Amino acid sequence: MADFFSSVYEIFTTETTYSNGALLAGVLAFAATGEWVAERSGTLNISVEGMLLGGAFTAALGYHVTGSVAVGLLTGMVGGMLIAGVQAEMSHRLAADQFVVGLTLNILVFGLTGFLENEIAPDSTLARKFEIPLLSEIPLVGEALFWQRWPFYILYLLIPFSWWLVYRTRWGLELRSVGENPQSADVSGIDVNKRRRQSIYYAGLTCGLGGAFFLFGHVGPFENTIVGGRGFIAIAAVIFGGWTLRGTLAGCVIFAGALSFRISIQLIGYDINSELLQALPFIVTIAGMAIFAHRVRAPAALARPFIRGLR
Amino acid sequence: MTAVDTAIDSGVRPSRTRHGARFSEWIALYSMSVLAALVLSAILVEATGGDWRPVVNALLDGSVRHPGRWGETLATAAPLLVVALGTVISSKAGLVNIGQEGQLFVGAAIGTYFGFLIGGPGPINVVLILIIGAAGGGLWAGVAAGLRYWRGVPEVLSTLLLVTVGGQAVAYGLRWEWLLLAPEGSRGNRNQVSEQLATGNRLPRPDLFGNEFPLTVFISVILAAIVAFVLSRTVWGFRLRMLGRNPRAAQRSGVSETRYGATALMLSGAFAGLAGAAMLTGGGFAFGNYQLVPGFSANIGWTGLLVALVAYEKPLAAIPVAVVFAGLRTGSNFVSGTGVESRITDVISGLLVLALLIPAAVMFLRDRRRARAAATERV
Repeated sequence: MADFFSSVYEIFTTETTYSNGALLAGVLAFAATGEWVAERSGTLNISVEGMLLGGAFTAALGYHVTGSVAVGLLTGMVGGMLIAGVQAEMSHRLAADQFVVGLTLNILVFGLTGFLENEIAPDSTLARKFEIPLLSEIPLVGEALFWQRWPFYILYLLIPFSWWLVYRTRWGLELRSVGENPQSADVSGIDVNKRRRQSIYYAGLTCGLGGAFFLFGHVGPFENTIVGGRGFIAIAAVIFGGWTLRGTLAGCVIFAGALSFRISIQLIGYDINSELLQALPFIVTIAGMAIFAHRVRAPAALARPFIRGLR
Repeated sequence: MTAVDTAIDSGVRPSRTRHGARFSEWIALYSMSVLAALVLSAILVEATGGDWRPVVNALLDGSVRHPGRWGETLATAAPLLVVALGTVISSKAGLVNIGQEGQLFVGAAIGTYFGFLIGGPGPINVVLILIIGAAGGGLWAGVAAGLRYWRGVPEVLSTLLLVTVGGQAVAYGLRWEWLLLAPEGSRGNRNQVSEQLATGNRLPRPDLFGNEFPLTVFISVILAAIVAFVLSRTVWGFRLRMLGRNPRAAQRSGVSETRYGATALMLSGAFAGLAGAAMLTGGGFAFGNYQLVPGFSANIGWTGLLVALVAYEKPLAAIPVAVVFAGLRTGSNFVSGTGVESRITDVISGLLVLALLIPAAVMFLRDRRRARAAATERV
């Protein structure tokens, strides 16, 4: 037992643990930030998984064609937004059920990328690492946060930008009002479903980036199984965070920590119940919701479609 | 005014549309969007250097034409239909259960556990597994129901999150011999697998014209009829629908939201669990050979949910929809023989779902448009 604890101690004091955790947390944070924006507008967008995968695939395509990671990131964004387009237009213009559309998209994108991967076989690689001097010398977490593959640093812009967008712009105010009380928002002249569509497009953009970052920062060559449920963990992180950006990011960090801890502990030969650790994000989220249900409030119109004159 | 509105507005004579015209409009919309989905898939195949005709042939061969295949298709359709029926019940009560995949898996696992624990002679054991499986699925949905009515956690979120928890819980059970794992000798080369049901403890598979399929096919159709009857012709069904349509009115007229809602959600889970147990005892090529393995649920839960929603929450309409989706699944086994990647069927079924969603949505917007136009005309 002492052995076990000393190796756990060792895991927690090695920098690679934090680097690995930061990679996963980065992927989750990209996806969860967009999903958070989408959920604040009252949509429950469950096609995150598909958006991540689609983003990763189009990023691989972009890299395959041009050989540039930057272009890959751009095409990843486009790919994510394409899927977001289907989700948004189908469920918030045509008023089709958003869960059916989301689930279908997840399956569709999984099939499509598997099919195309087999036919095209795009090759891609890891992005270069980039060190931010001084900051990267912070013990333990310095390397994880400031000596990463460069797409990681987009997060440092994306997160404050998303916060500013939602809390400090008129658009963000309208977005939140649409998520809380669509009827009132509608009466005061806001096009409810338009705001919702826009928020889903934003989610598609960040998820596409997240997928691209996953590819260039973590995986290298594309396979269509890479996402493997991380989209759902991102959704769980938003819920876990009580629909605040801070909480969402905390959720990403905690869940990523738990998942990468599992890998580290397996590497040194211990197997502490990988099933439990994999289910942990979801159990924690459910427990959190149950305990804080009365203190943390979801956007009041979350997952309720808006059709003028109905409901 | 949105683009769709303006597009639809042109040249419509509101309020005078006859019933027949409306019907043909439906047909036109449906055939157009389904055709679009199929053409899109064909283009995809052609664009990647394949040929679409052999793919269609393979799909038809794999789902219907080859000897024994339509039995396989029906066998796959049965659990889809059962899951869909459960979904119909919860949706009618205004609840969004999207956790069928987990409920199905947990139901099958609990059924397996108690099936082996209690034992008993063959037929009784099968019925026992089915009942306990249903109870297990209901229990798993009951967690969500409890959270919904006791702590106010939206059931959409909890059912979705419980999918992974359920899957991992069963995978955990498959690690221990005292839970689900088969004893050393009968594991084969796999390390997470439950014991295989003995031949006597399986559902009978009647043989019709060289097509054999488990009894679940009949059970599921009977269940569809029962659900259709109960929802439309009984007081309980009426109250459930009232709760779904207008919870406040239901509450005022004495329908307890907690009681009816929780029952609906748990029933929905029970149907998913029953589907899982039926997959286990009915077996067949597609479903893990009478034993539980990780990934046993094989997307049947997700697809069943789609079946229900594509069938617009009508129990009887779910039957043909389930068969179509099952056909795509069984047909996909033959597609890989044509040299085209078999995952194209995932793409086809995805596009098909989206295509089937569009007509109703367009019609809904159109009807509203017409009603609005009619209202302004009168003024």
